[in-house]
Amino acid sequence: MSPTFETVAGIISETCDIPREKIMLDSHAINDLGIDSLDFLDVAFAIDKSFGIKMPLEQWTQEVNEGKVSSDQYFVMKDLCANIDKLVAAKAA
Amino acid sequence: MRLEYFQMVDRIAELDPVARIVRADCQVPEASPVFEGHFPGHPLLPGVLMIETMAQTGGWLVLAVLRFQRMPFLAKVKEAKLRAFVVPGQALQAEARLLHDGSGYAVVAGSISSGGRKVADAEITYRVVPFPNETLRTQMLETARRIAVPEAFLHG
Repeated sequence: MSPTFETVAGIISETCDIPREKIMLDSHAINDLGIDSLDFLDVAFAIDKSFGIKMPLEQWTQEVNEGKVSSDQYFVMKDLCANIDKLVAAKAA
Repeated sequence: MRLEYFQMVDRIAELDPVARIVRADCQVPEASPVFEGHFPGHPLLPGVLMIETMAQTGGWLVLAVLRFQRMPFLAKVKEAKLRAFVVPGQALQAEARLLHDGSGYAVVAGSISSGGRKVADAEITYRVVPFPNETLRTQMLETARRIAVPEAFLHG
């Protein structure tokens, strides 16, 4: 497991009161873990703070709502973590 | 404050979008229908209105930072502490610091003091979305001018 996954899984577990062992790389944050939009704001705040980034949630949501991408691309744990890594790398560049 | 109209902030005393802090003056009225029920013979500013005061104060900061292009709606109140009673006629100073300007949300640390003593504090989260209509945006701008939000922060 990547350090990013470990951090994000820990945040979700603590913020949403979900047992850590239920959070897998292939878990969909909304469909599988049942995180609602209000709890996801808490998760986003904790992730933004922890990684020093600003996840573009509005852009992601808009793309999903417009059918441009599947929600899996942003909200499956492994993809969410990959996107976080990209944002961190972009910030460092 | 006009409690029955949910007008909690009388005047913006200081607003610094760069330092991400706002301070506001809020004068609790001597009389209000609210005090008739809360409580008979022992009037107190309801705790929910103290929270609303912090939320509105932080909301003006978010609006100013975003130059009134988006509207913050209260989404969450975390660890609200109502530390002292607030009575009719009491002068309050509300303060909010922007902790995070996220994508579609914002988080502030709000507090209320009176006579140099903190009477309430909370962490407040807003959903930040496009104005649902021009009527609301126009009304928010009118209110902003009435409470002395600097004109420079009203436009992008």
